[in-house]
Amino acid sequence: MSLDNIKKEFPIFNNKVHNNDLVYLDSANSSQKPQVVINRIYDFYSKEFSNVGRSVHYLAVAATNMYENTRNSVQKYINAKDVNEIVFTKGATEAINLVANTFSQKYLKEGDEILLTELEHHSNYVPWHYLRKNKGIKIEFADVNDDGEVTLESIEKKITPKTKMIGVTHLSNVTGAILPIKEITSLAHSKGIPVLVDGCQGAPHLKIDMQDLDCDFYAISCHKMYGPTGLGILYAKKKWLEELPPYQGGGGMIGEVKKEGITYGDLPNKYEAGTMATAQVIAFDESIKFLNKIGIANIIKHEKKIMDYGLEILKKNNSVRLIGNPKEKGAVLSFTIDGIHPHDIATILDEDGVAIRAGHHCCQILHDKLGVPATARASLGIYNTKEDFDKLNEAINKCKKIFNTK
Amino acid sequence: MNLKELYQEIILDHGKNPRNLRQTENFNKDAKGHNPLCGDKVHIFLKLNENKKIEDISFEGSGCAISMASASIMTDLVREKEEKEAKNLIKDFLEMIKEKPELATKSLNEDEKTKLMSLSGVKQYPMRVKCATLAWHTLISAINNTQEEINSESID
Repeated sequence: MSLDNIKKEFPIFNNKVHNNDLVYLDSANSSQKPQVVINRIYDFYSKEFSNVGRSVHYLAVAATNMYENTRNSVQKYINAKDVNEIVFTKGATEAINLVANTFSQKYLKEGDEILLTELEHHSNYVPWHYLRKNKGIKIEFADVNDDGEVTLESIEKKITPKTKMIGVTHLSNVTGAILPIKEITSLAHSKGIPVLVDGCQGAPHLKIDMQDLDCDFYAISCHKMYGPTGLGILYAKKKWLEELPPYQGGGGMIGEVKKEGITYGDLPNKYEAGTMATAQVIAFDESIKFLNKIGIANIIKHEKKIMDYGLEILKKNNSVRLIGNPKEKGAVLSFTIDGIHPHDIATILDEDGVAIRAGHHCCQILHDKLGVPATARASLGIYNTKEDFDKLNEAINKCKKIFNTK
Repeated sequence: MNLKELYQEIILDHGKNPRNLRQTENFNKDAKGHNPLCGDKVHIFLKLNENKKIEDISFEGSGCAISMASASIMTDLVREKEEKEAKNLIKDFLEMIKEKPELATKSLNEDEKTKLMSLSGVKQYPMRVKCATLAWHTLISAINNTQEEINSESID
């Protein structure tokens, strides 16, 4: 499938926003959905609906097969060794909470350290903060540098004999920095420390190969990957899923239930308690097919071309300040404009149909470090074009005119 | 939707050059407000005299043009007012921003009313109403001395 007319695959772009064509630059928040994914949800509910994994009737068997088929597709897409290393969750947030909670139950005690980075989204900090409160563990943060990167060296500096887990983002949702995961993993493993990767921004934009990255845990947000909301994926090496205790209890995750005691089900059921987001899982298979049809190499090439263009024109725009200048940069571009607050920028841009995000992007630690309470952020998806950045630039000039800044 | 109504000259002026952006000397009441979604912060300082009249009011903080202009205009308008009068004006303003077309107050002259009504453009921007009301809710907290930080997400 060619990227030239890819907007056509996304029905949202048929609609006008305040009588303007939609310029959607908020994909780091959530991506738009292709028609094939929307159709799949509709078709499943209209023609094929049943719960999965329980009943033996025709619809239940068919739905279970489709549900498990997505697990196989995900395994292939991320090159996991074993299909049972794929756990469906309600989102990447739940995936990280699952790891923090179960890992702590089994392995953490007072005084142990978790090493995060100053780039982390709140969802890779708050779950660990609970452990700080309840269990007395310590949280350390690897420093971000002036370019908005976290280097291998800054992580190495903060590792101590008490470090029990390293949690890092793959791609910063504010500066766009891509972290050297493979090197981080190799360093951590040489010291016997497991690594959790927050892949929310990495998975939609980078080639993700679990066996190559060799991380222990990788959290994915499906709605940022042209898939439905309410669905995330936890990749975890099989040994961890076997060793760690279950996260939530309920139907579907048990082996045998007696008054005297309970045994738990095999993988992956052990971690999928209750009725799962069945329609979303089944529809997510279409997202993966869609991504495969375009090819991740083409996606990376296309998004780099658009990002380079965006950086070029915004650098030329006086009074626009770009946040961070990482050498390895993904599909995120944050900026401020002298004398105009990001929320005013976002409101004015919206009038022209230009959708960006303004605020701290769930990264208050990073914004404190940057010394700004908020930034404006334009983030890319496969449907963005150079014209989108032209329109962003025009709308920024309109802001400057309204606020009478140069 | 009308950007011109939202970003009127008077808002841009007060947003860029906020009045009373300082800390009142010898203040005897204060309160903080915070909008966790966008990071807007305001700290209001009041000096009331023995007759419960606002002798001075000032604020410190940072935020968007709407929130800074709102705090600036508010502090201008409630100075020299009795505490009760100020509370009535807050109530009146909050009702106007949420539903009523006009201000009911008789305690402001026409110029002052025009100034305050310049904030009414946010009515068309529901996501921005909290920017305009944060300082006002924080002022209530300061007057009542509740010592409770106002969080824009937990107010109506």
